[in-house]
Amino acid sequence: MPAEAIVEVRGAGKSYDGTVEALRDVSLALPQGGLSTLLGPSGCGKTTLLKIIAGLIPPSAGEVWVKGKKVDGPGPERAFVFQDFALLPWATVLRNVAFGLELRGVTPEQRHDIARGYIEKVGLKGFETSYPHQLSGGMRQRVGLARALAVDADIILMDEPFSSVDEQTRRKFQEELLDLLKIERKTVIFVTHSIEEAAYLSDQIVLLSPRPGTVSRIIHPAIERGGKNPDEIRRDKNYLDVVDEIWQILKRYVV
Amino acid sequence: MVLFGKRVPIVFSLVIWFVVWELIGRAKLSTIVPPFSDVVAAGMTILPTEKFSAAAAISLRSFALGMALALGIGIPLGVAMARVAGVGKLLGMWVNIFVSAPISALVPILMAVIGVGEATVVVTVFLFAVFVIILDTQVGVRQADRSLVEMARCFGAAPYQIYAKILLLSALPEILAGVRLGVIRGVKGVVIGQLLIALLGVGELFELYSKNFLMEEFWALVIVVFMFAFLLSEAVAFVERRIEYYAGAR
Repeated sequence: MPAEAIVEVRGAGKSYDGTVEALRDVSLALPQGGLSTLLGPSGCGKTTLLKIIAGLIPPSAGEVWVKGKKVDGPGPERAFVFQDFALLPWATVLRNVAFGLELRGVTPEQRHDIARGYIEKVGLKGFETSYPHQLSGGMRQRVGLARALAVDADIILMDEPFSSVDEQTRRKFQEELLDLLKIERKTVIFVTHSIEEAAYLSDQIVLLSPRPGTVSRIIHPAIERGGKNPDEIRRDKNYLDVVDEIWQILKRYVV
Repeated sequence: MVLFGKRVPIVFSLVIWFVVWELIGRAKLSTIVPPFSDVVAAGMTILPTEKFSAAAAISLRSFALGMALALGIGIPLGVAMARVAGVGKLLGMWVNIFVSAPISALVPILMAVIGVGEATVVVTVFLFAVFVIILDTQVGVRQADRSLVEMARCFGAAPYQIYAKILLLSALPEILAGVRLGVIRGVKGVVIGQLLIALLGVGELFELYSKNFLMEEFWALVIVVFMFAFLLSEAVAFVERRIEYYAGAR
């Protein structure tokens, strides 16, 4: 387990209009180079927590530190992958992937070069000139992932990235994500409501309880991934134990 | 259009109406309706005249100035109304009143205030066109995908980049629809303004022809103005269709 924490959440809380409390006193340390999942039932504030870490929403209480600096807005060391993809419908795949660099003022030749590299890495070579509406949901999310990788952030925040993608595509995508992250060496914070997805992907799983969201348990799955193919992992005893352990906790929250 | 099981071009429906018009004219039912062929002949004789080109030039200039003002003020104002809650509240009701109000009723007042001249016509065109442009821009910007704005912020967009690269492009289909409606209203504005002033441009010609019962010339001028408005709105519609693919994909 890498020990150094790259993201620290200290006593973060969020309430809207002073009445609806979405998060209460959340403290977390997210290790560098690891994949941490925020898992919980809908309404537990996991997306709110992710957006606070991203700097898109200011917390009502507490603070977030990223790489030793206090967060007061979005920053270049963090990139976001959106649940609804958030692709520009009027722009080609190439321009969408290069958009983060375009906003930073990188020259067109340079940013298109970088974008082409990541388009190939996420398996979309040949679709550079396609428009988002010509792609399937899974392919659109690959564009979203390539865009996040292209800005070379240390931390990638993913908000239920596979929730609008069908199950087969989702599994394939999960496997490829793990392979890709092995090469790219990013820290990933991943929001999901799927227990299997969390157990399969994560080095650390943060379980959140609903309304207001608080940290209910932190689990470190001890799944031996080395040398195993994805199907072997899905039959691994530790993997199945983790899935069961999470379910035992979460089912108390399901009404 | 399909007629007796055969495909015929849309223009054919115009041809039918022109034939009906010709027959009514030949039957001499009314002095107001001369035969269509006479109207065309009159058109051919007035179009090359200096009087017509001078009138057309003045009308076009008033129209272009009024439209430029309507676009230059209407689009930024619509964006401001959608993005700044105070501006939206302050102006929303007025824009909604004026978009449906009969602006023609204001022209005599404008004449009294601004004077009988080109400036009044420019302001009339502006007033006819601007409100629908404001309203459509506002709707377009308000409907812009919030998650695109969030995405841009996340990737470090400066505020001006959010406007230029996200909001205006997102709202483009609605803005163009507003511009097309604005153009159509602007043509009405220029004709009505000049008719009421009766001393300028195409309006002066209309007055001249109708007062002297020059019905051939009158109808020829009507057709020219109709064609102008139609072609202009079709030109905007052409641009609209080209960006339609992403309006549907939003």
